[in-house]
Amino acid sequence: MAYIDPHIHMVSRTTDDYQRMAQAGCVAITEPAFWAGYDRSSPQGFFDYFRQLTDTEPKRAAQYGIHHHCWICINPKEAEDIGFAREVISLIPDFLECDNVLGIGEIGLNKNSKNELIILEEQLALAEKLNQLVLVHTPHLEDKLKGTQLIMDAIENTNLQHDRVLIDHVEEHTIGDVLDRGFWAGMTLYPDTKCTPQRAADIIEMHGTERLWINSAGDWGPSDPLAVPKCRVELASRGHSPTLIDTISFRNPQAFLSQSGKFSIE
Amino acid sequence: MNQKEIVDQYFLEHRAKVLDIAAFLDRVDRCNEEETDFRVKALQRCIEELQTSSEGRAERILLLLSDQTIEPIESAGTKGASGAVPPTS
Repeated sequence: MAYIDPHIHMVSRTTDDYQRMAQAGCVAITEPAFWAGYDRSSPQGFFDYFRQLTDTEPKRAAQYGIHHHCWICINPKEAEDIGFAREVISLIPDFLECDNVLGIGEIGLNKNSKNELIILEEQLALAEKLNQLVLVHTPHLEDKLKGTQLIMDAIENTNLQHDRVLIDHVEEHTIGDVLDRGFWAGMTLYPDTKCTPQRAADIIEMHGTERLWINSAGDWGPSDPLAVPKCRVELASRGHSPTLIDTISFRNPQAFLSQSGKFSIE
Repeated sequence: MNQKEIVDQYFLEHRAKVLDIAAFLDRVDRCNEEETDFRVKALQRCIEELQTSSEGRAERILLLLSDQTIEPIESAGTKGASGAVPPTS
């Protein structure tokens, strides 16, 4: 059964991972722009990263029959310097024209600071102006609850349609409000933080599958590029139907991403 | 799944996790330090929450470990998170 991993940072993964993902049924991925583990020293560093996402990485994925799409933004961990961040934002519109770019992301908050919030609001305004889908990163650990609330409040100060925004990295204490406000929600399957495949399966059993997807968010830290198929196995072991498993790991991401007009698995 | 099926599938995994927590707390105790780290204190509050009998433990524990303030902070002094609310925030 085919699956989509709608959030994974393949620039940090090996080609072997592409091979294993393809063998496990992965047919498409989307790769949000994120923090590299260090701060870039210039906007030119972001320009080169965006070229990697829009040119190099799709070719690497295609070798394994995986369709590669991406999202462009400045991430919240590098948003504290507002002047620097605005220079990066000025690069975004040209890259949004690329065939594999689905929208603006993963924008959001990290430590819930005032400057992070300003840069989030400016990127939300850009998404609204250019009619782009939005993929949102919510903060880590103790900062997630507060950050998720601040982010949703900021979005509600725009005219962005809630069903064109996905709030990612939800957990038990944030998913209810995200879905109640009409946003899409993403569950990230991590070994130590965010959701394990077992807890994600619990959340699906409690909240259903509407406007919900799962992803690995595989990157350079503790993470698992095969987390999505492992969650599918977890759901199957509990007796869930192939239809439910297909919905959460293929049909739902396909439905959200297709709103971009650029998502393709053909 | 009924209770027996759930326990059959998950009991050993969670038995191991409880032992990991016990061994972690023992390891901390062996340091014989007077002041208990705020993260250990937070974990101890979470363990108390586990003793409650109503559903929703995971959500309540996440709330125990969350910053409950609502205003943005002045500036991000660090990029990382500690997993529990530091005493100063």
